[in-house]
Amino acid sequence: MRMIHDLVSQGAEMLLVLLLAPLLTGFVRKVKARLLRRQGPPLLQPYRDLVRLLRKDVVLAVNASWLFRAIPYIIFAGTWVAASLVPTFGSGLMFSWSADLIAIIALLGSARFFLALAGMDVGTAFGGIGSSREVMIASLAEPAILITVFAVAMIAGSTQLSTIAEFMGSSAVGLRVSLGMALVALIIVAIAENGRIPVDNPATHLELTMVHEAMVLEYSGRHLALIDLSSQLKLLLYLSMIACIFIPWGAAAPQATILSLAVGALTYMVKLTACALALAVFETSIAKMRVFRIPEFLGAALMLALLATLLRFVSGSL
Amino acid sequence: MIVLALACVAVLLALSPLAIALAAQPRGSGLIYGASFIISLALCTIALIDLLAPARPVFSLVLPIGLPWLGAHFRIDALSAFFLAVVNFGGAAASLFALGYGRHEEEPARVLPFYPAYLAAMNIVVMAHDAFTFLVAWEFMSLASWALVVSHHRDVENIRAGYVYLLMASFGTLALLLAFGVLAGAGGHYDFDSIRATPLTPLLSGAVLLAALLGAGSKAGLVPLHAWLPLAHPAAPSHVSGLMSGVMTKVAVYGFVRIVFDLLGPPEWWWSIVLLAIGGPSATLGVLYALMQRDIKRVLAYSTIENIGIIFVGLGLALAFKAEGMAWVAALAFTAALLHVLNHAAFKSLLFFGAGSLLNATGERDMEKLGGLIHRMPQTAAAMLIGCVAISALPPFNGFVSEWLTFQAILLSPQLPSWGLKLIIPAVGGLLALAAALAAACFVKLYGISFLGRARSAAASEAKEVDAFSQVTLFALAAFCLVAGTLPGLFIDALAPVAKTMVGNSMPQQAGLQWLTIVPIAESRSSYNGLLLFAFVLLSGSIAALAIHRLASDRFRRAPAWDCGFPDPDPVIQYTASSFSQPIRRVFGSTIFAAREIGEMPPPGSNVPARFVVDMHDPIWEALYAPIGKAIGFATERINVLQFLTIRRYLTLVFVALIVLLVVLAL
Repeated sequence: MRMIHDLVSQGAEMLLVLLLAPLLTGFVRKVKARLLRRQGPPLLQPYRDLVRLLRKDVVLAVNASWLFRAIPYIIFAGTWVAASLVPTFGSGLMFSWSADLIAIIALLGSARFFLALAGMDVGTAFGGIGSSREVMIASLAEPAILITVFAVAMIAGSTQLSTIAEFMGSSAVGLRVSLGMALVALIIVAIAENGRIPVDNPATHLELTMVHEAMVLEYSGRHLALIDLSSQLKLLLYLSMIACIFIPWGAAAPQATILSLAVGALTYMVKLTACALALAVFETSIAKMRVFRIPEFLGAALMLALLATLLRFVSGSL
Repeated sequence: MIVLALACVAVLLALSPLAIALAAQPRGSGLIYGASFIISLALCTIALIDLLAPARPVFSLVLPIGLPWLGAHFRIDALSAFFLAVVNFGGAAASLFALGYGRHEEEPARVLPFYPAYLAAMNIVVMAHDAFTFLVAWEFMSLASWALVVSHHRDVENIRAGYVYLLMASFGTLALLLAFGVLAGAGGHYDFDSIRATPLTPLLSGAVLLAALLGAGSKAGLVPLHAWLPLAHPAAPSHVSGLMSGVMTKVAVYGFVRIVFDLLGPPEWWWSIVLLAIGGPSATLGVLYALMQRDIKRVLAYSTIENIGIIFVGLGLALAFKAEGMAWVAALAFTAALLHVLNHAAFKSLLFFGAGSLLNATGERDMEKLGGLIHRMPQTAAAMLIGCVAISALPPFNGFVSEWLTFQAILLSPQLPSWGLKLIIPAVGGLLALAAALAAACFVKLYGISFLGRARSAAASEAKEVDAFSQVTLFALAAFCLVAGTLPGLFIDALAPVAKTMVGNSMPQQAGLQWLTIVPIAESRSSYNGLLLFAFVLLSGSIAALAIHRLASDRFRRAPAWDCGFPDPDPVIQYTASSFSQPIRRVFGSTIFAAREIGEMPPPGSNVPARFVVDMHDPIWEALYAPIGKAIGFATERINVLQFLTIRRYLTLVFVALIVLLVVLAL
């Protein structure tokens, strides 16, 4: 009985993130458009795009291999599972013990590994440039986030995301310098990993600076829909992760009542909205960087994370 | 048990002379590799029975060979049993692969006799229980592998690789000789039991640690003693490359663990700092070197250095915790290191065998002449994909589990009181994280350039899938990577007796946990379930595929590549290995390798071709090896004068030498 309950609630969580992710992207796009004094697409446009893409035929390049066709499903499954392992409105997630924060990041790493391979499968110059830059960005972003996780995990005494969230919500945490550094590092990594301005532009094509779009250039139809949905899920995942570690207030405790679940859901929506607004404002107020400025940007995150970890080693209270 | 194991080793040794006779026969190589396979399998079974037996009896035996007053001591304790299993797991895989691969060998007489001898030598090293037998077997192992490295001797590169290897191997054995000399003390008791019973002063044990690190570390390929490894490992035939990288480096790890964890007594706190300060940079530098290569086997050899670095970080952490009396965390770090030993043996063998298959099918080791092989060699491509994901430490495969455990040990290290460790461990953690991310980049490159895209040469476009033996080996190893990644609890439990004897405690038993989760310390702290994660991903991927194909669309059509409207049919337009790593070369390489890009663009109207050159330097070779080589060259030039003296001067020299000797004696 317990198992069925667990499975059902995990299934509900998976469905929730899947349904919420396009809305979040639509919201960010809408806010960005309004900030530029444009009307912008309707909030629900991402859903319509996905449905349209899903219905279209796939056009495969002549020499695309079986791997090219399998990769969208692999990326989607990996990202979806990772996203549903991050606590959203309640901290007690049924299967959160199956993968801790390090494993969630590694799961996203697997998805990226395959995405970079997809860029190289057809053998075009654009695919290669995208993959090559993606792995360069990842080679700095991944250690940065891992070390951020080290800092947070050492403070919370756990790498389990739900335990961390509970600890961060309790009064034991206090105000720490290392947490502030970790937050900045995590935000920088989140921007880079989601291909947002100033690292990459999610709305660009035919530009020598594009990274993510260059890798998925050969995808069409349902494959493209899955990859788009995966990137939307990834954005939701990172915002949820930042919310659950650094703004944990209001999240429902494990085995909560209906009321506190409702409060949790409401605060979760508020947090997501706030994060999305901040992202949109940040993106409209900054210009895209040159590719070889990105290492400096991410290097800052790496150093901040390392400093946060070092502080934790040197003093228990910082 | 041990008699049985030694009998198997004796058969392997006997296969060697037999191979000389059989090498000329058309079916000779099949017979030798087949026999090696069966014996390795038998030895692996013996080791596993030994390791997994609930009441582990320790088998030992003294044979009346070797030094007359010492004899040859052999023993299979938990540590030996584990490494025996690893050696023969790799040996069996290599022999099976060679059943197919070895048929393409042009000069089997140069490979066959040394192959079983090499396997036998590695087995003797892990079973030896006195310093003399250990060193003789160690040197025998080095020489046998040297013979295999230079088996394709017509290639000048291989001869140079063999020369550097021979020098470094002699240096390593010398260091180990000194280590055992100090360990044996003035009494000169060379069997391990007596060594264990005689404690050393802290100064002497520190000296032994450093000598062991030089000796075993040079064989394992720790930076900066790695220079021979990326030359020698790729030079050997591919199944031997797999053995050298996957297994022999592990025998070196065994030697180090045996000396430092077992024979040397309780550790000092600063030992771990030495290990961490070498292990962390080895991991990162190894993979950075790998990223700069375009020879597929050399990439794999450099990546071995990375993985050895990770193993030594685990061992360093284990020493740190052991020195502070935190045996339960020491057990975690130690288990992580040993698990990585096993995992690396599996995926590195897989990758080297895959590279061998490529070499057979195309005759090319240069990635920039490959491409598109996923169409021509689908089976090899599928198995290699698993190997690449596993070595990049990505779930749900096995490489991730051991790195995850290492990270868990790092996360417990703020509890260590020493300030040196407090400062170095976060840095090492950062280096490991960097190495993991760079490894993923490296293997995206390796796989993407050689298997995906379009063929860059005629050889690649006409490649044929390899034989059944090779494929079976590749898939067996790939399956092992998946099983060890999804059911790590079984392997952790099997390592418990080893950790118990070496660091005094073992990780909590994992077998009884719900859903086969692994929980290194406590469930509230961290847990990982590869099986469930794999099942979730598999399930959601298949549900998505099924739902989309049913409800939306499952049609597709083929068309020329889009490429933003600029497709070019020439495969030269694709990214190459060097261009793929250009951004990383620019970010990391400009400082570490002093990498410079020299591009010359002729002015419009000029007919001079444009030129692009990448200039890179190997800092370790230039700072460490080249000066030593130069100094030796300089000294020998000077001494060489002695060769061309007149007879009078020789007589004078002899006379002076006599006088000096007499004076010395008189004093």
